[in-house]
Amino acid sequence: MREWLKKHDTIYFMLTNKRFVGGMLFILSLILLSLIGPWLARIELGWYIEEAGKRALDPTANIGTPYSPPSPKNWLGTNSFGQDVFLQLVYGLRSSLLVGIIGGGLATVVGLSIGFISGYSGGMVDETLMMLTNIMLVIPTMAVLIIIAAYLPYRGVLIESLIIGLTGWPWTARAVRSETLSLKSREFVHLARISAVRPLKIVFGEIAPNMLSYVFMVFILQFGGSILAAVGLDFIGLGPTRGTSLGIMLQQAVLWNAIQLGMWWWIIPPGAIITALIAALYTVNTGLDEAFNPRLREM
Amino acid sequence: MIKLENLTKIYSLGILGRGGIVAVDRVSFEIGNGEIVSLVGESGSGKTTIGKLILRLMKPTHGKIYFMGEEVSRYKPLDYYKGVQGVFQDPFSSFNPVYKVDRVFENVNRYLLDLPKSEFWGKVEESLKSVGLNPKDVFGKYPHQMSGGQLQRVLIARALVIGAKFLVADEIISMLDASTRVDVLNILGELRDNMGLGILFITHDLSLGYYISDSTVIMYRGSVVEMGDTEKVFKNPIHPYTKMLLESVPTLDKRWKPSEEIFRVESGERFFTKGCKYYSRCPFRRKECLSFDGKLRKVEKNHWVACILTGGD
Amino acid sequence: MTAVDILKAESLKVYYRTLHGSVKAIDGVTFEVRKGEVLGIAGESGCGKSTLVNFLVLPKDPMYHAGGKVFLKGKEITSLPKHDLRKIRYEEISIIPQYSMDSLSPTRRIRMIIRDLMREHGKDFDPDLVRERLSMVNLPQSVLNMYPVELSGGMRQRATMVISTLLNPDILIADEITSALDVSTQKFVIEMLLGFMDRKVVSSIVFITHDLSILYQIATRVMVLYAGKIVEIGPMEEVIEKPVHPYTKALIYSLPKMNVRFKERRLKGIPGQPPHLLNPPSGCRFHNRCPLATKRCEEEEPPLVEVGKDHYVYCWEVKV
Repeated sequence: MREWLKKHDTIYFMLTNKRFVGGMLFILSLILLSLIGPWLARIELGWYIEEAGKRALDPTANIGTPYSPPSPKNWLGTNSFGQDVFLQLVYGLRSSLLVGIIGGGLATVVGLSIGFISGYSGGMVDETLMMLTNIMLVIPTMAVLIIIAAYLPYRGVLIESLIIGLTGWPWTARAVRSETLSLKSREFVHLARISAVRPLKIVFGEIAPNMLSYVFMVFILQFGGSILAAVGLDFIGLGPTRGTSLGIMLQQAVLWNAIQLGMWWWIIPPGAIITALIAALYTVNTGLDEAFNPRLREM
Repeated sequence: MIKLENLTKIYSLGILGRGGIVAVDRVSFEIGNGEIVSLVGESGSGKTTIGKLILRLMKPTHGKIYFMGEEVSRYKPLDYYKGVQGVFQDPFSSFNPVYKVDRVFENVNRYLLDLPKSEFWGKVEESLKSVGLNPKDVFGKYPHQMSGGQLQRVLIARALVIGAKFLVADEIISMLDASTRVDVLNILGELRDNMGLGILFITHDLSLGYYISDSTVIMYRGSVVEMGDTEKVFKNPIHPYTKMLLESVPTLDKRWKPSEEIFRVESGERFFTKGCKYYSRCPFRRKECLSFDGKLRKVEKNHWVACILTGGD
Repeated sequence: MTAVDILKAESLKVYYRTLHGSVKAIDGVTFEVRKGEVLGIAGESGCGKSTLVNFLVLPKDPMYHAGGKVFLKGKEITSLPKHDLRKIRYEEISIIPQYSMDSLSPTRRIRMIIRDLMREHGKDFDPDLVRERLSMVNLPQSVLNMYPVELSGGMRQRATMVISTLLNPDILIADEITSALDVSTQKFVIEMLLGFMDRKVVSSIVFITHDLSILYQIATRVMVLYAGKIVEIGPMEEVIEKPVHPYTKALIYSLPKMNVRFKERRLKGIPGQPPHLLNPPSGCRFHNRCPLATKRCEEEEPPLVEVGKDHYVYCWEVKV
């Protein structure tokens, strides 16, 4: 195994990089938490399920006594409405991660496509696409998000992800374009061209595979960016109209004076999870940077 | 086989195309069957641009290129690249680092030849052997596991598999080790002699050009200043630039003489748009040089020079 | 060690740390640089020539000292702490690096770079000296107010030449400074370099290149490296005219000269490839490409043989 790894330098450096491994472990454990969360909540709220019958666990249901601090009955206490904070937290984490994956994935895909096409074709196509990109860059994204979100009467997590993904791509497009430009002048691209390989095949067969590590990093950054954008939208009340999310939890906590009432269990868990998640993503990113960039590698 | 006619390439600056850099300026010459022509010039002489123009990696601004009597742009890429192929300067950058070396051959069959597998790979093995490589040392390897010299041979073999009649060899040995250089050069010579391959050998190294080529074209800032039979150009150089180049080439049989040429600071150098481009560096310059038309004049059989000081017609 | 030796290396070993083990880039070389000479170091890529000189000037990770000694003007320098080495740099030994592009800080004007350097070595900026040196390399005064990016490649290289020699180092190392240049500029750069020696700015030059024909133009003595070891060392003229080591012979024979044409006579390269220095071959490192190799060459390190006045080779098969 060690021998195989040594042949694949990049993977070796990735897996021996403390930042990458640490950050990744943390993110994976959060994903795990969001997956097995409802099952944990079933244990937590066993007493309630007994009481209320086989009703599905609904994070917006008023389950216990309002204002109760953490206890074996409600692991992270309840909020002013008697909703269980732990239950909200696991479902909120789910929707935040979902926004990250869909929104970040979408932004990455759109950014990559535009960057590739623009960088490889050059000329008018490039000019037009870059003009579009630059316009998208200078328009304050938050304002656009607010306007779009405000126009939609019913908003789910999916719609929110789409909005975020479709506004978050410009800087990716620019970075990918410049990378494509530099790879385009490499001789293996010339060689493909004099083998009569078609342009699209050159972009995806020759240029793109050289940017895999880069694409991975872009996705990580977009993932974090989308989660933050979603939290921002939720916090100002433009989040999903149904269900819950980490941002909505924070919004309600602030709205109902959780701090003034000393209900730390309502506001600290969602805040801490968002902060830790974003910090972990950026740590992973720096770790990747070190692993992919030979100059930053430590011997 | 390949004929250039008033070939000109201007790189435009800015979107509106105001102004531009003249990389290749009205260049005309011909390369015949089984002939190696070396295109010699320093950086910025436009030699690489000519190679790219012939390979259709870019379009000329003016002028025409003919291959087998037909204008190049009339060919479909597929047909053209079956006849005209290229090898580039940096062997390591010519191979996509994420793929095995075999892929350059796979691409050839997928896009250009479309032969049955066994026939195709048989041909590949044969070609590899003819450039002095053992197929076993090539298949399944990643480019970084091979040496530069081996990689360049693989690319020459690739052109042979395609059955190209003309090869653009752009500085193909400048990045190889001295001890393996001459072997790659010999392969080119053998291909010319045995298969009638026409080769444009682009180089900055005069001694390599002298060793291998039948004819030599000397370029300075986009223009041909002297061309003709290699023996004539090297033994009887006439253009002051050619003379200077030949004197500056370090060789193991003579020591340098002190410089004659006027050495100027680059920043103070002016670009003369009219007249001889070598004017500012030329030790023999005169006023008339500023109105020189840059045309090549015949000085003897198979020897042309673009200099006002030559007595040719 | 005689009085004329400015630098002397004894069985010097310089290795690189890598994931796969140590790369033995320089593996036991002994040589000296004499006062007033131009010592040429020739060899193909990966022979260790750049490693050697970069180690002499400033060892950088992952390069490390794996044995042997280096005396600079009688002082052992491999055991000196980093900050003492910095002091020696520019004052006693200085380098014009291969990529002069990266050696100048991009955010500082040339004047500031020079001023910083002088200050670091406890000296004041001397405008007259700088003016004189700039004119020696044919640069106008105005470059002092420019940033490195504003200079062309050639100008930047000459600016680096001025900076490297400002403190009159005893030894000036030129690392492949001509390899990226056009033939016509090569000659000028070398003339300028020799100018520094004529005017006693530096007392010795070590000139590294892969191109023997350039060395032939300027070097007094030449040292040929192969795979991290010296194969031949001797007076320039004699080595070119009467090479003794099989490697030097084959190398010189393989170079195109202006008197050979393919149609008349074929030159031959050296078969095979230089070895990887992670696991270099035993015995003589050239044995697997050498036409004269015997069993002994595979097993034992070749001895040093004096083949002429001041002319040595490391080879088993050479008889005096």
